[in-house]
Amino acid sequence: MRSDMPTILDVKNLQTRFKTYDGLVYAVNGISYSLDEGETLGVVGESGCGKSVSVLSIMGLIPQPPGIIAGGQALYHGSDLLKKSQAELRHIRGKEIAMIFQDPMTSLNPVLTIGFQIGEALQLHMAMNAQQARDRTIELLSMVGIPQPDRAFDNYPHQFSGGMRQRAMIAMAISCLPQILIADEPTTALDVTIQAQITDLIKRLRDEIGMAIIWITHDLGIIAGLAQRVIVMYAGFIVEHASVDDVYDNPHHPYTLALLGALPRVDMSRSERLTSIPGMPPNLIGLPQGCPFAPRCHFVLEKCRQENPPLTFIALKHEIACWVDVQTGGLR
Amino acid sequence: MQVQVREIRSRFTLHVLRPTGTGMATVTDVFSPTAEETLTKEPLTPAQLAWRRFRRHKMAMFGLVLLAALIVYVIGGAFVFSEEFANFNDVGIKLLSPSAAHPFGTDAIGRDILARTVYGGQISLIIGLAAVGVSLVVGVTVGAVSGYYGGWIDSILMRFTEALLCIPQLFLLIVAAKYLSGKIPNFEMFGRTFSGSVIIIILIIGLDSWMYLARIVRSQMLSLKEQEFVTAAHCTGTSNAAIIVTHILPNTIAPIIVNATLGVANAILTEAYISFLGLGVRPPTATWGNMLENANRYLETAPWMWFFPGMLILLTVLAINFVGDGLRDALDPRAMVE
Repeated sequence: MRSDMPTILDVKNLQTRFKTYDGLVYAVNGISYSLDEGETLGVVGESGCGKSVSVLSIMGLIPQPPGIIAGGQALYHGSDLLKKSQAELRHIRGKEIAMIFQDPMTSLNPVLTIGFQIGEALQLHMAMNAQQARDRTIELLSMVGIPQPDRAFDNYPHQFSGGMRQRAMIAMAISCLPQILIADEPTTALDVTIQAQITDLIKRLRDEIGMAIIWITHDLGIIAGLAQRVIVMYAGFIVEHASVDDVYDNPHHPYTLALLGALPRVDMSRSERLTSIPGMPPNLIGLPQGCPFAPRCHFVLEKCRQENPPLTFIALKHEIACWVDVQTGGLR
Repeated sequence: MQVQVREIRSRFTLHVLRPTGTGMATVTDVFSPTAEETLTKEPLTPAQLAWRRFRRHKMAMFGLVLLAALIVYVIGGAFVFSEEFANFNDVGIKLLSPSAAHPFGTDAIGRDILARTVYGGQISLIIGLAAVGVSLVVGVTVGAVSGYYGGWIDSILMRFTEALLCIPQLFLLIVAAKYLSGKIPNFEMFGRTFSGSVIIIILIIGLDSWMYLARIVRSQMLSLKEQEFVTAAHCTGTSNAAIIVTHILPNTIAPIIVNATLGVANAILTEAYISFLGLGVRPPTATWGNMLENANRYLETAPWMWFFPGMLILLTVLAINFVGDGLRDALDPRAMVE
């Protein structure tokens, strides 16, 4: 279900590592994906699987050291973001690629007013003076549904509720009308009703501004109504990449199956127990031999323990990294 | 949404009002005023909150009032006594004990001690404030750069800071004062002549007291730069310098203010003991410190010579320390003790 829009971001074989006292942590291990203009890409996986690190790498926000971008490319409009200097990246960050963070409680500066924090990007990138930035910020605040925006401008973050703070973060992110919005678990720290409001808000703004979104989450339910394509990550690898319909109706990777099995459903009887994935995500110090999911996998075969499966197409626009055919239980 | 709210409201109202039997009619009466009130009441800014906590601190308020009185004393006194009068000496009236003509008595060469404490107080307070200014500039810069950039910059700056901390402060002060005094000529400011040694003393004290501040700022930097709001600022494309100055430093303002306040008291004391050793501000410019030095030989015969400047130093340092204490509590909500 790829759109016919031109590709805006093309990530190729991205590898990010961290030097620690215990050894090299292989956080992102050669992931590749592309993003078309105006498209929404969902990135799912459990905590510590490299979702956030992969996007922070693209933004040049991995502190080096201890981080190491060991290889790969991130082509934004054809030029490699990984090769740009911090000074060059500063002109892209906030203006063309913006980001929303997980926890609105910690991602706003407690000692600066909401208005200053939103207006800063406008003065920086749009060459606005203080008054223009103020007017535009008030507009933005009302766009994201904050009541009495002219008053909210001079408020401090502690005077805002969690949902309002996340709205302010969104206003900050869309202030310069970015081409790509990276949403790093923007609803995880919010309660369900606010989650729905925030998701709707971002959807509405996406359609108004026409920006592409990379939506990182571990909540498969949110992705369903939002994204066109989904990447499932595990231990720094992409294990399944398909259209959103294929991921839900026709998942092929055992990990995706297990994730969907762990999701509560409205049409499930109450006595039925949710399945859980046994074991823990692997320690990322040192690359695994064989498939990283093998120790927790129901379908594991001998080959899985020997060799890490590459990402291969199993149908049109549907890639998985698995040796096993989950329908038969045998080798593919 | 609207329906839901009303439902919750009515349920709540019923629960509250059932005993009185007024029922649904008062739904709006009960809720509108409170809702409106919370919306119209402007929440307090962090500075207002801090001031409210400061006001509750009795010793700090006492210190603040005392400090204000001392400032009025040294500024207001200058309108009563001229500087010529403060420096005028007449050996014929030397070592007079306090009297109506000379309420604080006179010193060894017949100068009026009251007038000299006024002008000496100005210099002492100026030295205290300016020295802290110098130490703030150096300490905050070193600490911020060191903590934010880390790596070899941090190593070099911190080893240098530690090296300075290893040298006994008194020794450093005496050597610097001895070597540098007299290098700067007297200068005119506000139509008055100041001894060049004032500048020297300010620099010496300032450059000798920034190390603890630098360490405090550095440690704050280290933790604050890992905060998500700093990453968010990077994400908007803010430069490193702007992140340090506008995003991180305002978060460290509380320890900086407290440290600076207590630093003023320290600088006044330091000036007093360098001057007491005869290495401080040169006469005829008076400071509370060099007035004590003059009293050195008359400790028993003319106690008024050391009592008044000594008392003023004591009161000032006490007042500033109380204020500093109050600020520490006011600016750190976690340290609140009821």
